[in-house]
Amino acid sequence: MKFIVAIIQPYRLDVVREALNELGISGLTVSEVRGYGRQRGHKEVYRGAEYAISYVPKLKLEIAVDDEKSDEVAETILRTARSGKIGDGKIFIFDLQSVARIRTGETGSQAL
Amino acid sequence: MLVSTVLVLFMTLPGLALFYAGLVRAKNVLSVLMHCVAVASLVSVIWYAFAYSLAFTPGTQWLGDLSQLFLLGVDRNAVHPGTTIPDTVYIMYQMTFAIITPGLIIGAYVERIKFGAVLLFSGLWLVVVYVPVAHWVWGGGWLATMGVKDYAGGIVVHTTAGISALVVAMALGKRDGFPHQLHPPHAPWIVAVGAAMLWVGWFGFNAGSALTAGGDAGMAMLVTHMAAAVASLTWMAIEWLRFGKPSLVGTVTGTVAGLATITPACGFVGPLGALVIGVVSAAICYVMVQLVKVRFTVDDSLDVFAVHGVGGMTGTLLTAILMPVALGGVGYGEGVTMGSQFGVQLTGVVAAGAWSAVASYILIKLTQALVGLRVQRDAETQGLDLSSHGEAGYNVAFGGTSQ
Repeated sequence: MKFIVAIIQPYRLDVVREALNELGISGLTVSEVRGYGRQRGHKEVYRGAEYAISYVPKLKLEIAVDDEKSDEVAETILRTARSGKIGDGKIFIFDLQSVARIRTGETGSQAL
Repeated sequence: MLVSTVLVLFMTLPGLALFYAGLVRAKNVLSVLMHCVAVASLVSVIWYAFAYSLAFTPGTQWLGDLSQLFLLGVDRNAVHPGTTIPDTVYIMYQMTFAIITPGLIIGAYVERIKFGAVLLFSGLWLVVVYVPVAHWVWGGGWLATMGVKDYAGGIVVHTTAGISALVVAMALGKRDGFPHQLHPPHAPWIVAVGAAMLWVGWFGFNAGSALTAGGDAGMAMLVTHMAAAVASLTWMAIEWLRFGKPSLVGTVTGTVAGLATITPACGFVGPLGALVIGVVSAAICYVMVQLVKVRFTVDDSLDVFAVHGVGGMTGTLLTAILMPVALGGVGYGEGVTMGSQFGVQLTGVVAAGAWSAVASYILIKLTQALVGLRVQRDAETQGLDLSSHGEAGYNVAFGGTSQ
């Protein structure tokens, strides 16, 4: 199993989620996060004065999938989250050691 | 006048309080609201005790007397001399001006000052700066005798508050991270709500200063509205041209700049004058915000000097130029020319400005010696809401607080 973490532009969420639903993923966790990458934040102007915003708002998606679905999910996020502009985010993929469904105690792929 | 009085109090609570609360960071939102409420209450009590008497009884050219200490001599049915309104309403109306003036200065010291220092300085400032200047201009003092024109407080309110704000900001020092590592306003929409309340309340401030419903009040209301609208559009246009995006915070700052600038002029100029004041006020205040913050690096945090002070002074001087009947104004008094009126206006601004600067410097140093000015650095980082007041502005999940 793989655990996929994707940092995306907040406004791409709906498109990404729809595409992932079509793939039939079984669950998705979304959180609002802030951070920066190579461009180190951005600038906002208030009353004509520039403020450096070091941490830019992003969404973090977390998805656990079977090994064979991993590439497909990553590719779908890559395609749908992309705007082509700076700040589109990153995808991280980890090996997932184990999973348990708390309600039933099932483990492994069945628990996904 | 009852309505005007209510409107001017509404400018401070909640208008100015929200305007300022939206501009600070989320961890300081309550402290700013607290400053506004506490200053309003404190000023009210001092006004009742002796400040009204010192400002508005005849006394001398420099200061009133104590004949109305604790308002004991005020008769229920007394009519205020020279007006048709009860003494009680006049006292209340003037009280709301006395409240908002030290209230404006709050914008200079937010996010780092000790709460005790807010109370001590505001109380002292009301008595030492506001009371004499109000007497000079509105209480029959020497500037009034000279013929200075300040309809609703360009000198008495905005010049005094603006200059004092600059002095206090310099004495207090910069917030940690100023100017480049600061967080932007935490809630621009609250800033806009507060500014909208100020806009509405300002009709009580300016038109109410006619002290009677009639032609003068009507024209004051009209020109006040025009100046606010034109200044909003001007500031918006400047940002649009310079940055490609017109911002809400900027546009409503233009509104307030226009309102502050028309304040001294509103009883003397016509709609054409208001148009000029609208354009000039937004342009000059915009430039001053940049100068104070970027060039002088003074952390007058919410731009009290650049918007209110500069606006009030500009409006006071422009009054002399925009008064002629040919421009829709009321014209000059007998034997008065544009030049001589300008000289009188300049004297008023310089005298009130100089007194505000010197007295504020002494008072802030006195406050520093008695209770200290700044909170500890950790308290500043944590935010004044929790460190000074033990409350959080936004309680989110897990019982934590948002930054």
